Amino acid sequence: MGQMHRLLPTSAILSVLGLAALMAGRAGAAEVAISCGAVGIEFQLCRSGAEAWARDTGNTVKVVSTPNDSNERLALYQQLLANGSPEIDLFQIDVVWPGILADHLIDLRPYAKGAEREHLPFLIDNNTVDGELKALPWFLDVGLLYYRIDLLAAHGAQPPKTWEELTNTASRIQEAERKSGNAQLWGYVWQGRAYEGLTCNALEWIASHGGGRIVDEQGAVNMANPKAAAALDLAAGWVWSITPPGVLNYAEEDARGVFQSGNAVFMRNWPYAWSLAQSSDSPVRGKIGIAPLPASEEGRSSAALGGWQLAVSRYSRHPEAAASLALYLTSAAEQKRRAIEGSFNPTRQELYHDPEIVAANPLFAELEPVLESAVARPSTVLGSSYSRVSAEFWQAVHSVLAGEEKATPALEGLQARLERLSRRGG
Amino acid sequence: MRAASANRLPAPARASTAALLFLAPALLALAIAGGWPLLRTLWFSLTDAQLAGGDFRFVGLENYRWLLTDPDWWRALRNTLLFATVSVALETALGILLALVLDAGFRGRSLVRAAIILPWAIPTVVSAKIWAWMLHDQFGILNRALLAIGAIERPLAWTADPDLAMAAVIAVDVWKTTPFMALLTLAALQLVPAHCHEAARLDGIHPVRFFLKVTLPLIAPALAAAMLFRFLDALRVFDLIYVLTSNSRSTATIAVYARQQMVEFQDLGYGSAAASLLFVMVTGATVLYLAVTRGGVQESRS
Repeated sequence: MGQMHRLLPTSAILSVLGLAALMAGRAGAAEVAISCGAVGIEFQLCRSGAEAWARDTGNTVKVVSTPNDSNERLALYQQLLANGSPEIDLFQIDVVWPGILADHLIDLRPYAKGAEREHLPFLIDNNTVDGELKALPWFLDVGLLYYRIDLLAAHGAQPPKTWEELTNTASRIQEAERKSGNAQLWGYVWQGRAYEGLTCNALEWIASHGGGRIVDEQGAVNMANPKAAAALDLAAGWVWSITPPGVLNYAEEDARGVFQSGNAVFMRNWPYAWSLAQSSDSPVRGKIGIAPLPASEEGRSSAALGGWQLAVSRYSRHPEAAASLALYLTSAAEQKRRAIEGSFNPTRQELYHDPEIVAANPLFAELEPVLESAVARPSTVLGSSYSRVSAEFWQAVHSVLAGEEKATPALEGLQARLERLSRRGG
Repeated sequence: MRAASANRLPAPARASTAALLFLAPALLALAIAGGWPLLRTLWFSLTDAQLAGGDFRFVGLENYRWLLTDPDWWRALRNTLLFATVSVALETALGILLALVLDAGFRGRSLVRAAIILPWAIPTVVSAKIWAWMLHDQFGILNRALLAIGAIERPLAWTADPDLAMAAVIAVDVWKTTPFMALLTLAALQLVPAHCHEAARLDGIHPVRFFLKVTLPLIAPALAAAMLFRFLDALRVFDLIYVLTSNSRSTATIAVYARQQMVEFQDLGYGSAAASLLFVMVTGATVLYLAVTRGGVQESRS
């Protein structure tokens, strides 16, 4: 998800770029159209993987580019699927979409024949709607705490385990550094813009306080509770003190910009920021570390789960071939190749301590403990109403962060609005 | 004009038939391009249709009832009206000033005239993105400049702070659209006969008095039309606000609200209801404006 949101929503024009494989199909071979990441290494790895499958099986593939902005991409998918279009057989879908698109996707369990059990169980749970496996996990994202090793060492601090420690450490270092002339320094940056990324951030705060995950397993809203309010009050207290007020309009790349220019002690972001912050022209190269996000005293660390899955359209003319391609692309060997060449996080636990992968990118060894704390957004249980619930949620959180409302009345208002929505049945 | 050519005109009845014939292609095109989508939107606004398709049913005015009880809708309405009135007022005032400057003869005037249209000629999404970076609280040039001259003590979050966001959005719109108003006003100014200026100069009339008593009444009809265009445009503003502040409640206008309902939430019926109400508002504003300005326009034509 982070991989998508950091890109600008420029792809309003749907440039559908057909790249037919060079292989001529044998008798009975199928042409499978796959939609996957549209730019850079993501596109290249998708294409090379799909072409390798085509060579092995004698089928052909067509890689279709779709908009980079995930909201735009969802809107396009929904249009294609609503029209029952067979144009695309295999869709790359966001971790919050299986519930939204469930009606248009086939059950992959008969094709996977147990292979799905090799993936992280929380992803399989996320992708299972009414007992049907709607998508195979391809790569994942989790929320991480980035910190400046050099600043923490200089001020005798440890990576924080609790939010309280983070707040104290951040304000102590910020104050000391500003006194010594580092006027631009802030304690903690994250994503506070009114968009899906804020839902991820706020879910982490609330879940790590034991305040639930917006709705319970039955889809009933459980937001108006003191733990959730405490979490939001904490975050609102950061703004202006350890967090620049501009955070209310920050997405992933804004936060990374501040952190990577050396102007923040801590940052919440997705794993993609690691390789960019460690690139040769980065001012903080070699000075950063990652850790699981903090929790409250009685809660446990919670990392919002993002990432992408592969799903086969109900309207595909070649569901068998499409499922075979999905299984190939999500296989251990292919995920290993993608982890080494493109730093895409595998969805199989054992790959996080695979020696070759760790040698190529030491980050993976540090990511493994974070996987324990992954928290999925309640998209599967909410289905098609998820987008609306998430928007109501981030709007309420945003108004608390902006100081327009206190946490408790804002959450009570949210609770009422969400209950009003569920009465309407939309 | 009419009196001179009256003998060559056909009989009145044939005239109106001929007029209809000539108008038919335009009316047909308008019905296809404007009428049909409009009627569809109005129809969908009375149903619970989803963008994703599937069965839907007639729900009467349910969507409108729901809309009018949604605090976000009222906030969007307030934002829209605030944005439209303030930005158009500022653009008109600044546009007139700019036009008066341009109307005066000075070296390089045509160059300045061409340059001044640039902000308006840049696609909105592009200029909005440029402004988003200039207004950025940490890297933005605006905060850097204001800090350097000591006007502010710490960086302001222009697009994020709910108290500043609307002002920032209006400022960018004024920057972008003032040239448009200036050029339309300038065109009107150049129709003010030169002998009026000479007469006023000979009589020793103060330029401000001349502007208020002679120039302004003469350019009023053109100005009124330009303001109407701008106001209607401002009522349905979307791109600028969406790029600068996304779906943030503090600046979301009705168009932003309707898009979110329709595209993000796939709620075609409800989104159509919001769009239809926006249409009603735009039409209402047009009718009201025409009714109010009609007297003035006719008077100045006679």
